[in-house]
Amino acid sequence: MDHKRASGSGAVRPRRSGRRVGAAATAVLTAATLAGCGGDSAARTGTPTLTWYINNAFDAAIGQRCSEEAEAYDIRTEQLPNNAAGQREQILRRLAANDTSMDILSLDPPYMPELAEAGFLRAYTQEEAAEFSEGVLDGPLEQSLYEDTMYSAPFYANVQLLWYKEAVAEEAGLDMTQPVTWDQLIDAAERTGTTVAVQGQRNESLMVWVNALVQSAGGTILDPASEGAEADAVAATIDGEAGVAAAEIMRRIADSPAAPAAMSTAAEENSRAAFQEDDGGFMVNWPYVWNAFASAQETGALPAGFQDGVAWTTYPRVDADTPAAVPIGGAGISIGAFTRYPDLAVDAVRCLRSLESQKEHMLTGGEPATNSAAFEDPEIREAFPMWEAIRAGLEDAAPRPISAYYGDVTGAIQQTYHPPTDLDPTTTPKEAADLIEGVLSNEQLL
Amino acid sequence: MSTTVPAAAGEVTDDLAVIHHGRPRLSDRARHERRLGWLLAGPAFIVMVAVTGYPILNAVWLSLFDYRLTNPDGREFVGLGNYGMILSDGLFWRQFGVTSAITVVTVAVEFVIGFALAMVMHRALVLRRSLRTAILVPYGIVTVVSAYAWQYAFTPAYGFVNPMLNLDDYNWFGSTVPSVAVICLSEIWKTTPFLSLLLLAGLAQIPEDYLEAAKVDGATAWQRFRRVIMPNMKAAIMVALLFRTLDAFRIFDNVFVMTQGAQGTETLSFLAYRQTISRVQIGLGSAVSVILAVLVVLIAVMFVKGFKTNLSQQRG
Repeated sequence: MDHKRASGSGAVRPRRSGRRVGAAATAVLTAATLAGCGGDSAARTGTPTLTWYINNAFDAAIGQRCSEEAEAYDIRTEQLPNNAAGQREQILRRLAANDTSMDILSLDPPYMPELAEAGFLRAYTQEEAAEFSEGVLDGPLEQSLYEDTMYSAPFYANVQLLWYKEAVAEEAGLDMTQPVTWDQLIDAAERTGTTVAVQGQRNESLMVWVNALVQSAGGTILDPASEGAEADAVAATIDGEAGVAAAEIMRRIADSPAAPAAMSTAAEENSRAAFQEDDGGFMVNWPYVWNAFASAQETGALPAGFQDGVAWTTYPRVDADTPAAVPIGGAGISIGAFTRYPDLAVDAVRCLRSLESQKEHMLTGGEPATNSAAFEDPEIREAFPMWEAIRAGLEDAAPRPISAYYGDVTGAIQQTYHPPTDLDPTTTPKEAADLIEGVLSNEQLL
Repeated sequence: MSTTVPAAAGEVTDDLAVIHHGRPRLSDRARHERRLGWLLAGPAFIVMVAVTGYPILNAVWLSLFDYRLTNPDGREFVGLGNYGMILSDGLFWRQFGVTSAITVVTVAVEFVIGFALAMVMHRALVLRRSLRTAILVPYGIVTVVSAYAWQYAFTPAYGFVNPMLNLDDYNWFGSTVPSVAVICLSEIWKTTPFLSLLLLAGLAQIPEDYLEAAKVDGATAWQRFRRVIMPNMKAAIMVALLFRTLDAFRIFDNVFVMTQGAQGTETLSFLAYRQTISRVQIGLGSAVSVILAVLVVLIAVMFVKGFKTNLSQQRG
């Protein structure tokens, strides 16, 4: 909040010569700015420059390598904001303004349909789609398609795993070689005086959790038939038994002594911090935590040997007999609809998402590859001892609702399924469904 | 800040004279001053109208449409439909309530502390400049930075507040009231210096003679404050409170950084942000912004009427 109004304008120049100087300076500045904004680098150097908007800083090195390998173009990288919502806002607004610099984009999969539906992304041709689908695991492939067309070439993926301290599981008598349910976890944590760390903060990670619970319980947040529907025809289906089951589990953790402190404001890093505490027992989180434990051990933030006592398994189930719908994340590489070099961009994507690039991203950026072949590499297996669980998770993954109105859907879920302590399994699912439909038909605010 | 010069005793009657006689008969000096005023402020005024006029009119125009940025072809004229929807939605009124509560609490507390600080700065005999600098430091810090600093301070895992108050792992951002309290605290810490600066300008304008005369007549310190200082600072107080109220009513950054609007801490600016930027519902978002702007104008009018001060008649 500033107080610019409070200060007077000092821009008035009384003398004519001063004014002329001012006008000239303005003209020069404007020209320089315009040249900087819309300047065609091809006209200056002869080689077109493609801009790749990345959402993980480590990808700059991949861009650099592909740029050096290519003769027909250069690639420069631009870093997008850190959080998913910020990335979406920037990409969406730039594309809505027909920004020709949006050549290549790393895109969080749930936000792709919105941009595709608006005509902001260049669809990959069938041949390109076939090429970019080769060897890709089911989960990442599913979230790169919208209405059977590929708008995002699978680049990296991510699955949540259940992390636990072996000593705690043993003390609680849990057999971790078999899939466990949320209820078993909460019981075990209560018995051992430990916590179950989850992401209860009102942001996208809450949506990830709700979606996993609903789908694990056999339901969906939106009617899958609504994928390409108009806004006011989208049907919310969270107000069924699955939505109730999700609310019950969330409420049960929130009310239980197994809830970590500040659960309603905990995102991934807070969960990791809670798990690292002495009373940390179980946690659902992305695989990046493994390397984070190692780094914390190196810096002395965690005692030596902490990592040795930690193990992982597949995501917890809602129903003991039904496999869990594993939360999936990641990014695909899309091409902006307004780029001046669509063909060069496709060629660049070939390099940017090549198996080599995927492995490089996995080893530096920490997020798993989308191609099954990456998991055969001994170097990857060594760096990711949980590679089997990741690969299995990517096969069983359940993407978040695929809808052009995903932004509103996640907003409505985050508003109604938060804070977990206030959830009422008898009313929350219905409220969520009503809010989704009300907002999409423009009858309610979000 | 020439507008903060306080009223001198006789000028209120001038005001009334103007109202009663219709067209004022201006003295040469007044005419000259008015011309000079226009010359000085004119260019800035023109630039301001050009820069702000178009977006404002455009926002009003857009607010009459159902228009989603991702679906430009589906743009549909809905008249006042967006306004009707917003004003009948419980969320709007809830956020209006939160915004009003934050505004009233922060401005009231800031006024009291700000006045005290202004008195201290005005009366200080030693270390005057250091004192003023020290008091102004919080105002020099970017709001987003101070918001993060306050958020970290109150975070249970690594903040210093909980250990200091023996609160263990109490989550300040876990429910509405404590969240709003921390937001208010951060807001007060950050902007009280601004208020005290404006009040200090008012204090400096009160002739010492008035206070001396009151003292000679046997007025106590409290009487001097109530009967001499306050009335002579009316215009300065109004400007200070008006600026702060308008700013407080548009609060966004502290909420955005500390809670992202969770726990029912969303304010009206946040509502406009969500509709326009997150949901890219340009029509609906514009309507929220227009309502916010109208409320801000209403607050300004209420202040000016309530204080019965005509700033345009102030003279140096």
